[in-house]
Amino acid sequence: MATLRELRTRVASIKNIQRVTNAMQMVAAAKMRRAQDAIEAARPYAQQLDRVLRELHQSVDTDEQPLFKERAPERIALVVVTSDRGLCGGFNSGLCRRVQAELNVYADAQVELVTVGRKGRDYFGNRGHEIAQHHADVFGQLEFARAVDIAQDLTRRFIAGETDRVFLCYSEFVSVGSQVPTFQQLLPIVPEEGLDEGSAADYAFEPSPEALLETLVPRQINFQVWRALLESNAGFFAAQMTAMDNATKNAGDMLEDLTREMNKERQASITLELMDIIGGAEAVA
Amino acid sequence: MAGFALEIVTPEKTVYSGQIVSLQAPGSEGSFGIMAGHMPLLTSLQIGALRFAEEGGNEAWMAVSGGFAEVGQERVTILAETAERADEIDVVRAESSRQRAEERLASREQEDVDVVRAQMAISRALNRLKVGG
Repeated sequence: MATLRELRTRVASIKNIQRVTNAMQMVAAAKMRRAQDAIEAARPYAQQLDRVLRELHQSVDTDEQPLFKERAPERIALVVVTSDRGLCGGFNSGLCRRVQAELNVYADAQVELVTVGRKGRDYFGNRGHEIAQHHADVFGQLEFARAVDIAQDLTRRFIAGETDRVFLCYSEFVSVGSQVPTFQQLLPIVPEEGLDEGSAADYAFEPSPEALLETLVPRQINFQVWRALLESNAGFFAAQMTAMDNATKNAGDMLEDLTREMNKERQASITLELMDIIGGAEAVA
Repeated sequence: MAGFALEIVTPEKTVYSGQIVSLQAPGSEGSFGIMAGHMPLLTSLQIGALRFAEEGGNEAWMAVSGGFAEVGQERVTILAETAERADEIDVVRAESSRQRAEERLASREQEDVDVVRAQMAISRALNRLKVGG
């Protein structure tokens, strides 16, 4: 059984840990709210992009566009979006396991990994996978320009024929309690169902619809990468908030147990001292 | 004069939303003007300045880095990857990115430089400098 002094030190250190986890939870909550706002703020752009795209799909045959071209998937690029930091429960490991499972599926093909976020690079680097490219420090200050950098690089390599298929692997922010590992084909572009039901307005196109689509599609890819970054960022803070909340609660439970044990120990020592004194007094009397 | 709604959206936020009277935009086939009741039009924009007159008589300038304009009967939506009001533009930053891009271009003899990208960066920076003042 631990001595009273040992118990006191443990209680003090757990109290300190609890203060830290509690503070981290509050910071994560604030940052999550900001990240959620960023997702909301991107929505009008997404809707408008979608609308224009539908409009164009009515008048353009996409089969001839380079970014829509299907090739036999011999070389596959997986873009793995994880966080830079930990202390977020199973947020990164869940996604990495999912990617690992996918790697096994494509065992025959030549798969290269492009990582965003340090955790994914470490996970696969430690398991002996070659990281074709790593984008560092994306989440410190999340800017659309970074998404463009990543997307343009992927697009360029796809057009050059260095990759036949590109997947985005990221955690989708469903709710505070749920971040779902998501696989999304980025390239070649999969034409969406129901794209033919555009509005009735007869638009004049300037320049031609083909040329418009050609400038629009790279923007759509930029935006998809951007969305993956936003979702992943919000998901990270949600996961961290939940993990820190649990840690704070656990620390509370431990404190309760330890305090009880400490009281028992103190009572025992008092009883012991009393017995000593009484025994001594009796001996003198 | 009859007005119409203008909305300028970027991936980071909705930059502008309001009632305006007229709009001048840098179309990829040349600058064009829009008043209320324009015919439906879908056009791409090049890097340039967007100018519009608000209903109160205010005139606003914005720098856009290319994008799309969808012109409908009563509303115009501009889709751009970046759009900044003249007073929001960081002139110092634009100037330094212009210099960096020019240095990249100048060193293309020795190094592998993406010329198109550097030229795009220069025109974006010049556009910001023009609008920002």
